[in-house]
Amino acid sequence: MLMTVKTPIYLDYAATCPVDPRVVDAMLPYFNQTYGNAASRTHAFGWAAEEAVENAREEIAKTLGADSKEISFTSGATESDNLAIKGVAEYLHEKGKHIITLVTEHKAVLDSCKHLERQGYDVTYLLVGPDGLITAEQVDAAITDQTVLVSVMMANNETGVIQPIAEIGKVCHRRKVLFHTDAVQAFGKIPIDVQEMGIDLMSLSAHKIYGPKGVGALYVRRRKPRVRIAPQIHGGGHERGNRSGTLNVPGIVGFGEAARIAREGMAEESQRIAGLRNRLRDRLREEVPHAILNGSEQHVLPGHLNMSFAYIEGESLLMALKDVALSSGSACTSASLEPSYVLRAMGLDDELAHSSLRITIGRFTTVEEIDYVVDLIKKHVGRLREMSPLWEMVQEGIDLNSIQWTAH
Amino acid sequence: MAYSDKVIDHYENPRNVGSLDKNDEDVGTGIVGAPACGDVMKLQIKVSDGVITDAKFKTYGCGSAIASSSLVTEWVKGMKVEDAMEIKNSQIAEELSLPPVKIHCSVLAEDAIKAAIADYQKKTGQGGDA
Repeated sequence: MLMTVKTPIYLDYAATCPVDPRVVDAMLPYFNQTYGNAASRTHAFGWAAEEAVENAREEIAKTLGADSKEISFTSGATESDNLAIKGVAEYLHEKGKHIITLVTEHKAVLDSCKHLERQGYDVTYLLVGPDGLITAEQVDAAITDQTVLVSVMMANNETGVIQPIAEIGKVCHRRKVLFHTDAVQAFGKIPIDVQEMGIDLMSLSAHKIYGPKGVGALYVRRRKPRVRIAPQIHGGGHERGNRSGTLNVPGIVGFGEAARIAREGMAEESQRIAGLRNRLRDRLREEVPHAILNGSEQHVLPGHLNMSFAYIEGESLLMALKDVALSSGSACTSASLEPSYVLRAMGLDDELAHSSLRITIGRFTTVEEIDYVVDLIKKHVGRLREMSPLWEMVQEGIDLNSIQWTAH
Repeated sequence: MAYSDKVIDHYENPRNVGSLDKNDEDVGTGIVGAPACGDVMKLQIKVSDGVITDAKFKTYGCGSAIASSSLVTEWVKGMKVEDAMEIKNSQIAEELSLPPVKIHCSVLAEDAIKAAIADYQKKTGQGGDA
């Protein structure tokens, strides 16, 4: 059975995806045939490029229940997060200087907030529960008369945990505070409706939905309320003044096609991918002792699995799984040598954060690959535990917390 | 992160994994590191007439930590206790071509061998004159 899969196996779809071949086909003419500048109003090359961009805008808007005029293209979701947070803060600086977000946000949001703190803004970082979730009540309680923006990610990149976005949106609208959500991981995987969810601004990325890298978008609500942001990149007033710069036409065409494919196939694809993820989760739980699921089991994206394998360290497990592309919350895999701040915020002790793997499944994952990976993890977790002094102590009945470790 | 061939070799074929009887008079056991820091090494030596005749390790940690402890057990076997005391982390780091972020793995391996020797000496009542 091990012979039927081709290695390396890609199980890091939350990091990025291969571009769907249909997306590549849609993009190609826009490199050297319809290569006009979408801002050129004086000739057919420009008109054709503009039309292609507007079609893509329409496709993306349709996926969100939005109007195409509410979509501004950017270079990616990091830029979208920066633009949403700094753009709202700057535009509303006379109204108030307080922002609410989560401890488990993506760094693009956290670092934008830290930047604003240095400029004299106050930021409240809401704590998450052990399942990674916050409640709308927490948001409600944190809002003050100085609050101008709440930024809560729709689904977490490490755990896939989905926040109660519609409830938070309701609170924000009642309290008349703008609501931004980073929907990079959720977009194209679960249904999103900006009206039902009360979203005012939303960050999106193409490369997480089988589109090209280097393209993203920011949804900016136009009615009830009309949201205004201060642009962060100046030079020509493209994208309704929200974001200047010549549009990446092939990238945007690819983004639109990727959004169309995701929207039309979402129900079926999500079901298939969730089936694979559940198989992976259940087999690991049943066949590997002390395999612990991190994050909510119910409120989670279909393709995400984050698990800790107690008493072994994540990087050494990744090294054993060298034919499989996945990621770990281990400190050793990060430049900072700190274990995952997302898992720690959920109350995991450092040891379990060090022992975590993130496996993310996508469009091209097969059941054979899942079974191959389970067998491989099982084998190497066993091998590494035989090598682990912690495992030995636990087998001898020693409580690891009773030991005085020599910190270094 | 790219590993050196020697790290990969020790990681895939670790030498001397296992345990010696920690209650044996001739066995010294050193346990260093902490689970919260992501690495714990247990290194044991068996000594006869001042010479290390056997060494075993178990390590919880990244590939470089496993390789560092594996290498040290290989080195100390057949060594006089006093010579084993002289092993420096820089020698381990050099042999395994550890990158700067992994130097602490070699420090831990040096600490582990020193801790094992100290335990042996404590048991046999020869304090620190090795």
